[in-house]
Amino acid sequence: MNSLLIEKGRLIDPAIGLDRQGRLLLVDGHFAAVDPCDDDLPAEVRRLDANGQIVAPGLVDLSTELREPGRDEDETIHSGAHAALAGGYTSILCSSNTHPPIDSPGAVEFVRQKAARANGARVYVTGCVSKQRRGEEMAELGLLAEAGAVAFSDSPAPLANSALVKRALEYLRMFGLPILDRPEVPELAGRGVMHDGCESLILGLSGLPTEAEDLAVARDVRLAEGTGGRLHVGPVSTMGSVDLLERAKKRNIRVTASVCPHNLLLTDRELRSFDARYKVHPPLRSIRHVQGLCNAVATGVIDAVQTGHMPRAREKKMNDLDLAPFGMASLETALAATVTALNVPSGCSWLKVLMRLSTQPAVIAGIEGGTLGIGKPADLILIDPECQWIVDDRQMLSINPETPLSGFNLKSRVTMTIVGGEIRYRVGGGPTP
Amino acid sequence: MSGDQAPTLPFPAGWTREHLLDLESLTAEEITILLDTAQLFKDATDGCRKKLTLLSGKTCANLFFENSTRTRNSFSLAAKRLGADTVEFASSGSSVAKGETFVDTAKTIEAMGVDWVVNRHATPGTPHLLARELKCSVINAGDGPHEHPTQGLLDILTIRQRRPDLSKLTVALVGDIAHSRTARSNLWGLRKLGARVIVCGPSTLVSPRWEELGFEVAHHLDDILHRCDVLNLLRVQFERQVTRPFPSIHEYAALYAMTRKRMECSKSDILIMAPGPINRGVEIAPDVADGPQSVILEQVTNGIAVRMATLWLLAGAMARKQGEAI
Repeated sequence: MNSLLIEKGRLIDPAIGLDRQGRLLLVDGHFAAVDPCDDDLPAEVRRLDANGQIVAPGLVDLSTELREPGRDEDETIHSGAHAALAGGYTSILCSSNTHPPIDSPGAVEFVRQKAARANGARVYVTGCVSKQRRGEEMAELGLLAEAGAVAFSDSPAPLANSALVKRALEYLRMFGLPILDRPEVPELAGRGVMHDGCESLILGLSGLPTEAEDLAVARDVRLAEGTGGRLHVGPVSTMGSVDLLERAKKRNIRVTASVCPHNLLLTDRELRSFDARYKVHPPLRSIRHVQGLCNAVATGVIDAVQTGHMPRAREKKMNDLDLAPFGMASLETALAATVTALNVPSGCSWLKVLMRLSTQPAVIAGIEGGTLGIGKPADLILIDPECQWIVDDRQMLSINPETPLSGFNLKSRVTMTIVGGEIRYRVGGGPTP
Repeated sequence: MSGDQAPTLPFPAGWTREHLLDLESLTAEEITILLDTAQLFKDATDGCRKKLTLLSGKTCANLFFENSTRTRNSFSLAAKRLGADTVEFASSGSSVAKGETFVDTAKTIEAMGVDWVVNRHATPGTPHLLARELKCSVINAGDGPHEHPTQGLLDILTIRQRRPDLSKLTVALVGDIAHSRTARSNLWGLRKLGARVIVCGPSTLVSPRWEELGFEVAHHLDDILHRCDVLNLLRVQFERQVTRPFPSIHEYAALYAMTRKRMECSKSDILIMAPGPINRGVEIAPDVADGPQSVILEQVTNGIAVRMATLWLLAGAMARKQGEAI
């Protein structure tokens, strides 16, 4: 019997509202007991001193771009799965935008096999909604589900064709699986590179108007209501989206939403540097939107935080703002960026922030994780809540770790990541059992 | 032409910049130094016709990723009037077409030993990126719709020659503000020097956000004409527009073209300016363009003076940074 007792930790499990000092026993890769009596401990139990740190369920990401096959200059399944561990993610949903895209059972199988060998975070597969991610015909959703896809998305491409979304939502009802839509109306987004506002006006850069997102969210909410399908919109970035989601939730429409950490922390003023690192999806918005989003995460109008991990090779980002692709690495900064932006614990409790980063994403994706519940797989992390650290690209595991947060002073850090009872990541000098 | 009467100019103490990227980040003092220096050069060269030797031995590279005739030639002439050499680079048929990034292209040109890179590019911010990557001076000769600082300076110099006290003036920029780098450079430069600025044009091309930024916004030229001391008529940039912002050129001209009839409703001493190239019959009627209130060709001459001043000031700041005599 392989067992581990984590002692002197602050146990937080948003799934059951638990937040107190305690001991947590893992046996054979599963959570076995909270505060077990010494008599009940297995004979050869290893002990881990958490030293007052937070012990929480591993984080769960709804959309991580792993880019393999076809775009492995950006990220690979191996590098992404290990960057995930360093960020405290024990489960990630891999995006479908590989080349070829994940629109066939074989492609699902490829990712699953590579991920199993990587021995990093658990990698779940998101299949394409449409064949070849073209946004026209439905992909073989049933066969993709059978091969192991847990959700469907053409992200980062938006689902522009409303008829396709309606059909797919209706069809997926019989499989009970969700669609993840990145809400955007392409003809309103145009060739925009940044938030459409005073800053874009001054800089002469093409803007991405908030209406491009708001209209897509409005459509998605209405289609979710009409079809009864499972629909998740994310990432959202506007006050308009927040307003629509708030009204939808009051009417008990089954729609969920997520936001990216960078949209909680940075504003469009950063584009004044004309640095393509700030060209991200969704775009950095004005302070009004940033504050509104933080508030919506705290109140729960926005259910989840997703990383928006879209690493792009340096040679692609080393370009002017029109030519450089959207995207940034964020697996390794997501927790700290969110905690810093929401000013945890005074602005928002740890219980709540872990709900958004772990429990809710697991529920939305319909996968295990997001809890310390007895009998569940032992996916957990240790967090040093007071740690202040400066983001340094060079220290990261992602093969293209460029982030607009480089040089930022962030609060809190994941010190250990355990997947299925196995310690797979530990910061240098961290505790050993 | 001869190079023997080079004035020994005292280098202005208030000038420290090695690049000219935009007017938004300059102070009123810095803009005034640029204008005063340009005026000095214009006077010392008989209206930019004679040659000085202040910058002999130096080389100016024109790195234009977008078409330009007047700005490129104006920079070339300015460099030559100061005794510098020029090298021309146009993007067509270059390595850019072979997939090289513009930064690599610029670094290659710089490695050939140039002192200034004059950059025009369709994307805002490209000169700012070059300024971070290159060791030589970078001059923005137009970055998409963002800024065109020497154009703004030459417009302001032209106004100042006719109306020395800018703080008493109301200047209207008329036309396609959304896509105009000339508009943005004028807006910041004029405001810093105390002028009142109105942006006027169709509501699809003049954002209400300009009001948030403290500028007056107008959509009907006839409503503001009587208050304007200067009109700067901007070209409609059809090439930058994705969806048509107004129904027809015919309708645009009816609403915004400066015509003889509109001249009659204006102040008698109004100055008519246009950054060019002008579309006769669209934003300006031919008799107004060629009329007594038009200063369009003075703008062109002042352009050379402003660019001479820019080259000289940047070279001086660079020399001072490197501990050389200016």
